[in-house]
Amino acid sequence: MFTFYDPQYASNMAEGVDAAFLIIFGISFFFLIGITAVMIWFIIRYHHKRHPKAVQIKESFALEVTWTVIPTILVMIMFYYGYIAFSPMRDIPADAMVVKTVAKMWSWEFEYPGNKLSTELILPINEPVVLEMTSLDVVHSLFISAFRVKEDVVPGTTHYMWFIPERLGNYEILCTEYCGLRHSFMESVARVVPREEFDVWLASVPEATNMDEGLIIMRQNACSGCHSMDGTKLVGPSFQGIYGKAETVLIDGTPAEIVVDSAYLYRAIVDPDYEIVEGYNKGLMKTYKGVIPEEDIQTIIKFLMTLQKE
Amino acid sequence: MTTIPYKSYLEPQGKYTGLLDWLTSTDHKRIGLMYMYAIGIFFIIGVLLGLLMRIELFKPGETIMGPQTYNGIFTVHGVIMIFMVVIPGLSAVFGNLFMPIQIGAKDVAFPKLNLLSWYIFMAGAILAVLSQFTGNGPPDTGWTFYAPYSTQTGTNVLMAVTAAFVLGFSSILTGLNFIVTIHRMRAPGMTWFKMPLFPWALYSTAWIQLLATPIVGITLLMLIAERVFKIGFFDPALGGDPILFQHLFWIYSHPAVYVMILPAMGVITEIIPTFCQRRIFGYKAIALSSIAIAGVGYLVWGHHMYTSGMSFTARWIFSFLTFIVAVPSAIKVFNWVATMYKGSIALKTPFLYALAFIFLFMIGGLTGLSLGSLATDVYVHDTAYVVAHFHYIIFGGMGFAFFAALHYWFPKMYGKMYNQKIADIAWLILFFGFNMLYFPQFVLGLQGLPRRYYDYMPQFETGEVLSTIGGFVLFIGIIMMITNLIIAARNGPQAPDNPWGGKTLEWTIPSPPPMENFDTPPVVSKEPYDYE
Repeated sequence: MFTFYDPQYASNMAEGVDAAFLIIFGISFFFLIGITAVMIWFIIRYHHKRHPKAVQIKESFALEVTWTVIPTILVMIMFYYGYIAFSPMRDIPADAMVVKTVAKMWSWEFEYPGNKLSTELILPINEPVVLEMTSLDVVHSLFISAFRVKEDVVPGTTHYMWFIPERLGNYEILCTEYCGLRHSFMESVARVVPREEFDVWLASVPEATNMDEGLIIMRQNACSGCHSMDGTKLVGPSFQGIYGKAETVLIDGTPAEIVVDSAYLYRAIVDPDYEIVEGYNKGLMKTYKGVIPEEDIQTIIKFLMTLQKE
Repeated sequence: MTTIPYKSYLEPQGKYTGLLDWLTSTDHKRIGLMYMYAIGIFFIIGVLLGLLMRIELFKPGETIMGPQTYNGIFTVHGVIMIFMVVIPGLSAVFGNLFMPIQIGAKDVAFPKLNLLSWYIFMAGAILAVLSQFTGNGPPDTGWTFYAPYSTQTGTNVLMAVTAAFVLGFSSILTGLNFIVTIHRMRAPGMTWFKMPLFPWALYSTAWIQLLATPIVGITLLMLIAERVFKIGFFDPALGGDPILFQHLFWIYSHPAVYVMILPAMGVITEIIPTFCQRRIFGYKAIALSSIAIAGVGYLVWGHHMYTSGMSFTARWIFSFLTFIVAVPSAIKVFNWVATMYKGSIALKTPFLYALAFIFLFMIGGLTGLSLGSLATDVYVHDTAYVVAHFHYIIFGGMGFAFFAALHYWFPKMYGKMYNQKIADIAWLILFFGFNMLYFPQFVLGLQGLPRRYYDYMPQFETGEVLSTIGGFVLFIGIIMMITNLIIAARNGPQAPDNPWGGKTLEWTIPSPPPMENFDTPPVVSKEPYDYE
């Protein structure tokens, strides 16, 4: 049932972490069982029917010292194993492959050398990799349980995490810092493959340089976390074929029929709660007035006009 | 049992009648009871919200609610349980009811301030409840209000944060009141080391309340200023730092854990000698370990933030200090168990709760070690393992200690006795339900299930189902326990003044106690647990 003990570790960090777990759990289990057993034995042996007169025992300085010193030594041992298994995690090798990682509500994006973007983390086996992580909105945390690694991804700063994947296979990437509506759906996969396969894959990924400018602005503002481009219903309406579409919206709860034009799209960006498309909820999108510059909003609207139904 | 007719604190005291007689009373016992009724109601609300979450998690996918509702519910569950139940819980209820009596005083040092603290508490609590029904839906940040999510979300965070801010003042003032009371109002002859250990625990707690709560107050004010005036403290888009919020938040909220657990340890330290009919083993070690926990407890907040990007040096120093703070708790456990040695043990309901406390607290404490250790915390941080760990400490520890205190002092509070057989059965159901509810969450966390998850992958289903069933068992136990006590308070048989053979001062006065506790001020010459 426990996945935390692997017969073959999936990363270079896993063995040290699991060893620390075993030491801590071993000592803990010994004390839990031992103290509980002693307690139960006292309750039976000194039950008032068997032992009607309590013996008043004075404190013992020697005993107090004993059970202060022994736990202190034991916790220092635990501290030490946690420390030595953790310290390599902060010691990033210079030759590690850099993958820029961007977290946003509620998806992961990985940028490989050569400006190549991927929603999955593809890794060559037995080669060190360092994730340079930042967030576009709130605090997230990148967790790959099989690798025993986790580090928060914080807006406004770059955090680092490194490891060497040592076993082929697919491993879940989850977000462990609560980040709102679709927190439990913010997942991706780490795919560990042989070097040759990795090279073939990387060569097949198109460069992201000739991306539409409107799309670049939208990516920077994490619009796609809530609005799909392929017609899928997420938190907000999909952008597919949005321009010129007839919609029913609620203005202060009153239904109104509208046709999506550039004025509507502008209002939906700067004052999203004013008109709510039927079937969606109020209060989930913040205003982007002052967050995205005016000319960029116009660029986004121009891009949205191009997203016709296929 | 006393035969002299007297007027108990439960009877009308003149001037006003009915509810108003209570709402204007500055008697510490009445204020304690008023806290208890309010906290009892909030606890039930919190329990029901918890149960709704468990039903939602019974199956993968949507079961009874959408994700936004779920996020609101776990936030409200956390806010109510932390700020309105466990932080005030033991010190406001049993501290008020029994600390002044245990030190031989008529009342606390500032009775009017004490009543004001209750009103502030109620004002904050009402704000917290209102935050659920007004604005753009219940707050959805989790009880930790992490920025910048909390500064950006459109939900009703502002009111919930204001509520927590107001509740803090009640805590500060109660702390102040208890510190002065314990310093100034001990009975003649009661030196510091002749004082019972429950007041000792409250004394340590009070210092934390007084010194740490203002920090969270300021932090919450900064959050409000950021939301309302767009002053960039925490949101990097406004030039702030999200990690600053986490530091400020945990500088208070970690010591707040000791605000919950120290009085719980104090209660257990009262109950064990009584039911073993033996002096407590290691009186000074227990008293001083409370102070040690309160002191070192200020310096370990960073262990909530091992993965938040602190420097390596900061991470290992916080880890080191966290392991140090584990030792005084271990010392207490050893002394409690040693007190049972060669005692004459009566397995009554309060003692059963105390035993359950020791067992659950050990599991909570020992599982905390892998959260204090750097390498292992990286793996289990922010997973269901943490949820299991802190429920073992807060509910298994503070909650069971509260139930222990309730069953221990109930005959003194109401002058009535409850049905002990039903109380024992309820204890057993509670104990089983509790373990079934929370133990699977350790396993889920070790399997890699993040916390605050509305939906989960199929490999977590077994644990989630077991946990939900446990939740219902626990709920049945709670209902049974409370019903039994309500029936007893109304129609229970008369309780003797000292039903358990306790030695502290509250057992020397009638049940229920008279208005000013003692006819003649007691003079103390012996140690508090003197069974010679």
